[in-house]
Amino acid sequence: MNFDFSDDQKQMRDAARKFLSEQCPPKAVRTVLDGKAAYDKELWKGLAEMGFLGVAIPEEFGGAGAGHLELCVIAEEMGRALAPAPFSSTVYLAAEAILIAGSEAQKQTWLPKIASGEAIGTLALFEGKGNPSPKAIKLAASGGTLNGVKKPVPDGAIADFAIVAVRTGSTGRDSDISLFLVDLKAGGVEVKSLTNVDPTRGQAELTFKNAKAEPLGATGDGWSILSQVLDRAAVLVAFEQVGGADRALEMGRDYALDRIAFGRPIGSFQAVKHMLADMYVSATLARSNCYYGAWALSTNASELPEAAAAARISATQAFQHCAKNNIQVHGGMGFTWEFDCHMYYRRANAVALGLGSLSYWEDQLIDRMRKKNAA
Amino acid sequence: MNFDDTPQEAAFRAEAKAWISANAPKQYEEELRKSSLGRTQLTGANILEVAKAWQKKKADAGWACLHWPKEYGGRGSSPIERVIWQQEEGPFGKLSGMFIIGHGMCGPTMMAFAGEEQKRKYLPPLASGEKVWCQLFSEPAGGSDVAGLRTRAEKNGDDWIINGQKIWTSGAHYSDYGILLTRTDPNVAKHKGLTMFFLDMKSSGVEVRPIKQASGQSDFNEVYFTDVKIPDSQRLGAVNDGWNVSLTTLMNERMTIGAGVATGFPELFEFCNSLMLEDGPAIEDRGVRSKLANWAVKASGLKYTSMRAISALSKGDRPGPENSIGKLVAGSMVQDVATYALDLQGAAGVLSGPEDAEVAGKFQAMLLRAPGTRVEGGTDEIMRNIIAERVLGLPGDIRIDKDVPFNKIPTKGRA
Repeated sequence: MNFDFSDDQKQMRDAARKFLSEQCPPKAVRTVLDGKAAYDKELWKGLAEMGFLGVAIPEEFGGAGAGHLELCVIAEEMGRALAPAPFSSTVYLAAEAILIAGSEAQKQTWLPKIASGEAIGTLALFEGKGNPSPKAIKLAASGGTLNGVKKPVPDGAIADFAIVAVRTGSTGRDSDISLFLVDLKAGGVEVKSLTNVDPTRGQAELTFKNAKAEPLGATGDGWSILSQVLDRAAVLVAFEQVGGADRALEMGRDYALDRIAFGRPIGSFQAVKHMLADMYVSATLARSNCYYGAWALSTNASELPEAAAAARISATQAFQHCAKNNIQVHGGMGFTWEFDCHMYYRRANAVALGLGSLSYWEDQLIDRMRKKNAA
Repeated sequence: MNFDDTPQEAAFRAEAKAWISANAPKQYEEELRKSSLGRTQLTGANILEVAKAWQKKKADAGWACLHWPKEYGGRGSSPIERVIWQQEEGPFGKLSGMFIIGHGMCGPTMMAFAGEEQKRKYLPPLASGEKVWCQLFSEPAGGSDVAGLRTRAEKNGDDWIINGQKIWTSGAHYSDYGILLTRTDPNVAKHKGLTMFFLDMKSSGVEVRPIKQASGQSDFNEVYFTDVKIPDSQRLGAVNDGWNVSLTTLMNERMTIGAGVATGFPELFEFCNSLMLEDGPAIEDRGVRSKLANWAVKASGLKYTSMRAISALSKGDRPGPENSIGKLVAGSMVQDVATYALDLQGAAGVLSGPEDAEVAGKFQAMLLRAPGTRVEGGTDEIMRNIIAERVLGLPGDIRIDKDVPFNKIPTKGRA
């Protein structure tokens, strides 16, 4: 048994950590946080040069052709560094959707551009409040054009193209939904940036007005493709969450070692130690669930739906837990804009919602466990 | 990343599987499989006898204490082979409960500190289950603070004379031998005046009194020592070096991987799958699903944490510190799970008789046994201290009694 990443994959993680610690220090994250840039363009260029954007894209489409385990270790580092770049929307959502369902021409057009950093992609799924559900999709297609509104769309304001979930039927079944690919620079789409709790990852409203669109995958296959995309992205985002959780835990630990009160390091008080021990427990459970998700993702195992939901829930909890208690360990300083704690808190809570919220994934997990049990 | 055995591991697994299939007491398999925390018993059989017979059978065929050297009754197996054995032994592993302390703690301590002749004499019957051992550390005045123990050992010629009291001694009532931590010098700081021995539990002056637990069962005992004589040859380690010896014992306590910790989750999931609430099946209720999902990811998180440790063993590495979370997580989880299983039954959840209660009272038994799991073998608080100090590197507690002679340490709180 080898339930661990290989030495090569660990080396890739180290390389990503080194690159990000140099190219994406907290100061760089703050440039985007403070609204001075929509995302970190230099970082994006660097990620492309490092080969990270195309790590799981086959070589024939301009990628490195490594695989999803490699993408997992990079995702962990992206989360750890709070990278202010459209990595998850472009790589986990748009690229995965094209890899799963794209035509040869679509792959040839978009995947090399993703790998080289020329194109930012996203998934336009939500239409206001609510979790992923075929019923919630109203945006309609007629004669190769789309009309309707999507929000929130992650990185929608900086994206070059979007995979859009569209209603093409009215039978009440999953097969009412189809996916379309829209070139957002070709006209017919109004883009509005939306204020959100984590400004280091933009959110937007996209209004489609007779926007030209091409189908991605067969008509009626949209929901089935989306489910696969969401499962894959759940594992990858979970690695980002584990990276963030670990960093928040480290920040709390370091502060507890340095900060003196009542004549001793606050980390010697059991109330603080036990809080940090519990954060370690959450982060460890999440990491182990993520490893299982990574295995299922990389082998395309039939266990993926269950493993993805477990990783998603566990990592969401861990990041939220570690981020909020990191502030608590820091006391008043943790609640200042100056300290970085709130950046992790913001990211933890934003990323907890993006693919569907915790309650949605809890529901999914139980459904999937029941299905396995019944089988 | 894969879950596959190496060819060697696969061969070992096949051999173990075949032997277990041909030799295990299959008539008890179903009952053992269904048994859970607070309830491991066999109808129409004495579980201690069944356990001893199974252990002896394993020992005779070379399947006992696999990781011990052959000359001491083991098999000389690698750590990963031991894990594979535990996986294959499955429900029959629950019969090893009475040997855990002897095999997991007393044996390794003897191996590290007893003389060669003693090892050859005492370890094989310990491995085979013919002799059962217990661990006599905790005292009324020394639980989490075990170094605060007061049982005296005083030198008298070639012997030591023991007087005092131990408590929470698992299995003392059926044990043949024990390892005993005593105070030999009360005039120095508490960690510096301790000495370890092993003794025959049938020695004159040893009195074992079972403790009736909050759950109604009696797994633990008080053990009283009145002028008990132990020859100096049964001393383990140097005089006044007992604290270091005990660290060997306690380190081994935490080395149990692979056997898996009881969380109660599989039982609860099964229960919710069949339970009907007023509005329909429990498993379709949103609140129930949310609770189940939260426990599901804890249970799977523990499972895959232990897989990571096993993976390290398979590569010949030492498992990382992540394995220290198991007891802490499972202990309170099993308690919460049991509480919730009763909650789902409304007022009827209070009934615990097998004829009235759901799943024959399994969850009620689990509820009543659970508080003990959060205390025994290191309380939740001690486990958190261990994680904080040894894994995260946070400072130890300020120990105000560290440099005080033991006999000057206060013994009462409010005067």
